[in-house]
Amino acid sequence: MSNVLELVNVRKSFGAEVVLKDLSLAVPEHTATVLIGASGSGKSTLLRCINLLETIDDGQIFLDGQEISDPLMDVDEVRRRLGMVFQSFNLFPHKTVLENITLSPIKVHGKSKDEANTHATQLLKRFDLADKADQYPDRLSGGQQQRVAIIRSLAVNPRLLLLDEVTSALDPVLVNEVLSAVRDLKSDGMTMVLATHEMGFATQVADEVCFLESGSVIERGTPEQVLHNPQNPKTQEFLKRVHQAGRL
Amino acid sequence: MSEKQNSAWSPSSRELERRKSRQSISRKQAGIAAASTILVLGTLALILVTSPGWETVKATFFDIDYGREVFPTVIQGLWINLQLTFIGGAAIGVIALGLALLRTTKSPALTPFRFLATAYVDIFRGAPLILIILLVGFGVPALGLTGVSSNVIFLGTVAVVLTYSAYVAEVIRSGILSIHPSQRAAARSLGLTSGQTMRFVVLPQAIRRVVPPLLNDFVSLLKDTGLVSILGVTDAVRAAQINASRTFNYTPYVVAAILFLLITIPMTRYTDRAIRQRTSAQNSEGAI
Repeated sequence: MSNVLELVNVRKSFGAEVVLKDLSLAVPEHTATVLIGASGSGKSTLLRCINLLETIDDGQIFLDGQEISDPLMDVDEVRRRLGMVFQSFNLFPHKTVLENITLSPIKVHGKSKDEANTHATQLLKRFDLADKADQYPDRLSGGQQQRVAIIRSLAVNPRLLLLDEVTSALDPVLVNEVLSAVRDLKSDGMTMVLATHEMGFATQVADEVCFLESGSVIERGTPEQVLHNPQNPKTQEFLKRVHQAGRL
Repeated sequence: MSEKQNSAWSPSSRELERRKSRQSISRKQAGIAAASTILVLGTLALILVTSPGWETVKATFFDIDYGREVFPTVIQGLWINLQLTFIGGAAIGVIALGLALLRTTKSPALTPFRFLATAYVDIFRGAPLILIILLVGFGVPALGLTGVSSNVIFLGTVAVVLTYSAYVAEVIRSGILSIHPSQRAAARSLGLTSGQTMRFVVLPQAIRRVVPPLLNDFVSLLKDTGLVSILGVTDAVRAAQINASRTFNYTPYVVAAILFLLITIPMTRYTDRAIRQRTSAQNSEGAI
């Protein structure tokens, strides 16, 4: 199994703050890597570095064996191979659901309008949103908006999907519909890196769980190892607090 | 939560390589920029200087000695434009804010004023400024009212203020309307009255949002003060006109234009910077 994504000793700082420190990670094809950790531990920054929204200060990032942290790389071309879903959806409010989904396939990937619409409609049907195609995003519930955002990132058939706390802005009832959409993707074999606070969900989809603390992975392993039998005292402490908050 | 910069860290050889690569990219880009600039501007200058009418153009528009001679009178005129801009600008700010507040108010008691404000904005935004200047500048003195000044500078300022208040009111109003209703909801649920909500929550955000377009209007205000010259005010435009019609050499107009540009170009640059800073301050999405 080849690695879709590989990070080697990645370092990122904002001014004097070191946000990611010698962070290494390998994501094999068809697997899901879940990043957990307190707010500010570097999860989002890590995802943004992979997407080249941030320039790393050291280390290397490989996508399908190609070093994308090379300044000579065409960032647009790299991003065409990645999908990203944001915590705050970031749908375009002036476009309908269907237009949101087909924008990149048509403008960036050169698909015909019919082709893009057909594909988008299929995806919408699959995620039970077929009747919302012509609505504007503001008319949808949070969960529906986030599912549209997921479909939008899927519409370009990415090699790797990055999901940044996609349920953090949703209420618990809506969380489930989004999580079940992500579970579907996982069973389709989509390669994913997710940052999440939903430990139960992490157990279900993760092939590997990485616990981040101050920009380093201090514990990694299967969900059973990290979430149910953590070795590092900091992981234990974090999970205890999560447990007290009733989210495990 | 992150640790402070670790002084033990030194960049890896790959990172050093990458920095070198980035440097060479930016050197290459600077080279391309320089070459393209020299090529394009050089060609334009060459076309200009070698064109057949260039000598006549130079003598008619760019007579340096004559320019020097008229400079003092033109700059004296410009001082009038600047005074008009700043005094008028202050009055416009106050009136426009009042109009914008009236147009956005929902208070039933103020309904007639809301209608009046809307009518005012419709009329003065829709009518040409030059027409208003003529109406106020020549029309008001013709009334012969006691206690109303017939000073043309004053009347010219009034005309400009009348028109620009309508423009600026619309800019401020669009800023007020652009503030998300959730902000109002949050403020009202904290117990703030609707007036307090406007004063402490909505307006501060709205004004910040419309500063760039307001600066834009300020620049055009400065330019449009030149229009009061039709009333006989000896501003920069009028001073240039007097000199140009005396000799049929149009250098004074060029001098006036350059003086205006010396003020407006830095102002527009500043506006651009204000817009950029506003966008980057609100945008945490990094440098994309």
